Amino acid sequence: MFMILGVPGPLLFGQVLLGLINGAFYAMLSLGLAVIFGMLNIINFAHGSFFMMGAFVSWMLLNYLGIGYFPSLILAPIIVGAIGILLEKTLISRLYKLDHLYGLLLTFGMSLVVNGLFRNYYGSSGMPYDIPGVLNGAQNLGFMYMPIYRGWVVVAALVVCLATWIAIEKTSLGARLRAATENAPMVQAFGVNVPRLVTLTFGGGVALAAFAGVLAAPIYSVNPNMGDNFINTVFAVVVIGGMGSIIGSVITGFGLGVIEGLTKVFYPQASATVVFLVMVIVLLARPRGLFGRMV
Amino acid sequence: MREGSEGRPAGGEAAMLEVAGLNAWYGESHILHGVDFSVNEGEVVTLLGRNGAGKTTTMKSIMGLVGRRAGSIRYRGQDLIGVAPNRIAHAGIGFCPEERAIFGSLSVTENLMLPPVVAPGGLDVETIYALFPNLRERASTAQATKLSGGEQQMLAIARILRTGAKLLLLDEPTEGLAPVIVQQIGRTIQEIKKRGFTVLLVEQNFRFAATVADRHYVMEHGRIIDMIPNAELPSRMEKLHEYLGV
Ligand SMILES: Nc1ncnc2c1ncn2[C@@H]1O[C@H](COP(=O)(O)OP(=O)(O)O)[C@@H](O)[C@H]1O
Ligand SMILES: [Mg+2]
Repeated sequence: MFMILGVPGPLLFGQVLLGLINGAFYAMLSLGLAVIFGMLNIINFAHGSFFMMGAFVSWMLLNYLGIGYFPSLILAPIIVGAIGILLEKTLISRLYKLDHLYGLLLTFGMSLVVNGLFRNYYGSSGMPYDIPGVLNGAQNLGFMYMPIYRGWVVVAALVVCLATWIAIEKTSLGARLRAATENAPMVQAFGVNVPRLVTLTFGGGVALAAFAGVLAAPIYSVNPNMGDNFINTVFAVVVIGGMGSIIGSVITGFGLGVIEGLTKVFYPQASATVVFLVMVIVLLARPRGLFGRMV
Repeated sequence: MREGSEGRPAGGEAAMLEVAGLNAWYGESHILHGVDFSVNEGEVVTLLGRNGAGKTTTMKSIMGLVGRRAGSIRYRGQDLIGVAPNRIAHAGIGFCPEERAIFGSLSVTENLMLPPVVAPGGLDVETIYALFPNLRERASTAQATKLSGGEQQMLAIARILRTGAKLLLLDEPTEGLAPVIVQQIGRTIQEIKKRGFTVLLVEQNFRFAATVADRHYVMEHGRIIDMIPNAELPSRMEKLHEYLGV
């Protein structure tokens, strides 16, 4: 067996791949959080719950309606995004004139209620969701065996992050969104329906979380707490990347996933805390985060 | 919108914009105390007055950008009190604010194309570039706030010429700009007037205002205190100096 820095190659590559997978979820989740924060100025503590709902909705579609994985990749984000839009219109939109803290408290409360409801009906032990047939199996890459589904998750996450980046940076709708993030009243005075844009943005961020949830369903069991395991790290990613920065979220998400994976190989004791260590160092050196815009 | 209001000769029975008894508040502070004035189609009308008189607040009130407003703002017969800012823009009013509101996260072209078209009859991009050749040269600048102050002002005006809005509110477009840029903006206002736009202009510099405007309203402490037709400006210069404290 070949060795790299005193570590067996396959072990190293295996952990890097696991890190990339976790990073893919960090990237998609922090991207949605960043977009929502930029536009709505709220820290969406319910983001992990929307991720979990994405997984649950795809499980329900499969078990109650016989709708499989690939249609779920489209349907679950639409369904969960619609739920997000409903919550934004009925609850969150009432808080925009108040301090950040109220939005944080409301979404935190929403996540407790949603997670509690799912725990009540489905328990917390978790339910399996099978990898779809075509994505089953493993590919020999020469230096390691890669489970095909894991490669698919990384590719799908990259594609979705890239599509989100294009939508925000390269389209006229994205230009309106960026402008409204800077000065919403003025954009509205140009004739743009800003409240509707805000609602759509929230729905889009939520849909991204739900998409990540569908991708996660076959890897982690579908359970009411699955979002909680990610969300702490995701908040750290958003802070490190710079609140509201899109590219920052994506690069930091993948980067931290890999750093975590490498830490598992070289110093496993620190693997749970390394992200927060990075956060402290970055905040000391660059309080706005690595990619933060001036506010 | 009332039928036939368009094309009515200036000074006809209904003005394009009629503001009556307008009151406005920012939070608890009561800023406008019954503002009355009107603008006829095709006119260039200025609001003159000292700093803090309420000129900017009047424009923001027309756009629905103040905390609370009361009274009446009729645009082509439609009452705009209680209407959301985006609907006001779609009624056909374009706003170029005092702080210019150029967006730094947008390119020059994105800033130019940002306001949605609200009616037919706006200038096309080629005509806009002919009016402001600098903007053509700077079109690909990725961060519009990198433009000079004068270029940003041109962009802020150009942006609302595209949309088909027929009434333009320009808040101190010459503030802090070099004389040659002020002249260029003056020529632009004359040119857009020729093209049938109607302009409500806030100005500190009444010498500049006299070169472009048909009438002047003087504001003080949140009220209109006088109206001076441009032709009478020379004979009433002393009075105006008194109003403006210059
Ligand atoms: N956002 C605001 N909140 C509270 N007061 C304001 C605000 N903007 C302006 N004012 C006050 O309203 C008054 C009129 O201001 P403004 O309309 O900007 O005057 P002008 O444009 O004629 O210089 C001033 O006394 C100013 O201090
Ligand atoms: Mg002003």
